[in-house]
Amino acid sequence: MTLADTLQTSFKTVLSYRIRSLLIILAMALGVAAVVVLTALGDGARNYVINQFSSVGTNLLVVLPGRAETAGSFPGAMLGQTPRDLTLKDAQLLGRLPQVRRYAPLNVGAAELSAANRLREVTVLGSNANLIPIRHMKLTQGNFLAHGSEHSAQIVLGAKIASEFFPRSQAIGQRIRLGDSRFLVSGVLASQGESMGFNTDEIVIIPIDYAQAMFNTTSLFRIMVEAKSHSEIEPAKQAILASLRQSHDGEDDTTVITQDAILATFDRILRALTLAVAGIAAISLIVAGILVMNVMLVAVSQRTAEIGLLKAIGATSIDIRRLFFAEAVWLSFAGAVVGFLLGQFGSLLLRLAYPQLPAWAPAWASIAGIIVALVTGILASILPASKAARLDAVQALSKK
Amino acid sequence: MIHLTAITRTFHMGDQAVYALHDINLHIASGEYVSIMGPSGSGKSTLLNIIGLLDKPDGGWYELDDKLITDLSETKQAQIRREKIGFVFQSFHLVPRLTAAENIELPLTLSGMPPAQRQIRVDEALQAFELKQRANHRPSELSGGQRQRVAIARATIMQPSVILADEPTGNLDHQIGAEVMLLLENLHKGGTTLIVVTHDRELGARAHRQIAMRDGRILTDQTHDAG
Repeated sequence: MTLADTLQTSFKTVLSYRIRSLLIILAMALGVAAVVVLTALGDGARNYVINQFSSVGTNLLVVLPGRAETAGSFPGAMLGQTPRDLTLKDAQLLGRLPQVRRYAPLNVGAAELSAANRLREVTVLGSNANLIPIRHMKLTQGNFLAHGSEHSAQIVLGAKIASEFFPRSQAIGQRIRLGDSRFLVSGVLASQGESMGFNTDEIVIIPIDYAQAMFNTTSLFRIMVEAKSHSEIEPAKQAILASLRQSHDGEDDTTVITQDAILATFDRILRALTLAVAGIAAISLIVAGILVMNVMLVAVSQRTAEIGLLKAIGATSIDIRRLFFAEAVWLSFAGAVVGFLLGQFGSLLLRLAYPQLPAWAPAWASIAGIIVALVTGILASILPASKAARLDAVQALSKK
Repeated sequence: MIHLTAITRTFHMGDQAVYALHDINLHIASGEYVSIMGPSGSGKSTLLNIIGLLDKPDGGWYELDDKLITDLSETKQAQIRREKIGFVFQSFHLVPRLTAAENIELPLTLSGMPPAQRQIRVDEALQAFELKQRANHRPSELSGGQRQRVAIARATIMQPSVILADEPTGNLDHQIGAEVMLLLENLHKGGTTLIVVTHDRELGARAHRQIAMRDGRILTDQTHDAG
């Protein structure tokens, strides 16, 4: 018997036992669909967490001068004074790397802030317009340092500073003296509390050029870099290190920190969770496999006379084994396909019900679900098929 | 063409051995029309099954077309069954899911013949056995006579050299049974060896050679001229 004939004959058999076939396909399909939907849920949760992290600066890399290993024994590192400093030129270099979306150089110092008849010491950050998107900071009033405003004397006040200096009137448009220079208040930060070691409520931010002039330095305290995407973080880190090594005459005298460590942990936990859920769903596939075995065993005893007849008209044991085998393969195959579609449909419903949850089943889960369904179906048919093949022709024929 | 030497077949009923066939020596030439008669339990069906390679003897030698088959592998025996032997059963043994045409086609499918060729052969058989109108009917929609005609068409589709019929009219009324026997006898006239097992004396008497069996042994073996 040719393979095509075997497949066709067993396909007709599957069709002719309609209800039985539908039920077994349904059982198999539910198993596959469970794998697809549950992994979609698990992976969706994972992506949801990653997205949440991204919104507070996940793709953030911080470049600081000095090597992490030497920081402890190297007093200069604490003050940002390494043999070779980070400069604005370094920062601009990093901004041109393909993995980098934007960068914000950072200088930190302290200066006296005075307006009307108030005066206080404040922490001064020097940066550029990108600081706001990179650090996901928000403004309550006005604008941040506009792009290209590095050379204009603007200042952004922390929430607390603004309310201290301008308790009644609007801060925007007011002039204020910082150190020896006068600045125009262009915006006020929203209250965010502690972040990266600063209380952002009690800082002021000015353009980097003014900060460097004010503190009489050309070196940078930090460079904040945002990678283009989550997957670009590691490449960006390598590219930054390589590019700085090149411009620093081949010396590894900078350190790049990523905020990725916590995220990686979450990622691992949720991945493991997804796997566990997929494993549990796979149990239903095994159950479906046993169901296939049971149905095929019943089919063998139902069709004993038919098997005897097939032997009488010249079917070999191999032919008969293949016929039953192919029947089980058809059933599992149909179950896997229907289950996959059902699972995709279920994921779609999940996404419609919870739009913020990206419930897409990962490809590996769909493929694994289908393969496990096929393999269990095939394994489950081995026993019935060989039972059919071993039947004694004479005894089989005498059965009605 | 069929040569049985000292064939023995034993069944075990509990701890008792029952001889279904006891030292059978039989030679059937090509083109013969043989009836095997005897009461139930006489071993006539077992003999037929051994000739048809469905059953294996416990002892003795079976030569078909001068080839010893007793020791052939299961696959080889299945091939011989497919190519040289056609079975006709009392209860027809049609596959209930398949149409008349598909039932007739089965041996061709098993032999691996391409579908186009199969179609031609099945059409010829449907024509020859006057089943053209019933080709797409399932066995449950056919009369007893039609079912047996389908079974005979299936048994002959591979153009076997031997037709083995086990009580072919047992489930049919007298007139239909006679028609079926005519069909089988026509095949014999075409040169096929025909072996019919029956307990019906009248039916057995139509054969040119009549073998009577009892308790697993051949009692009488008589040859008549065309009767």
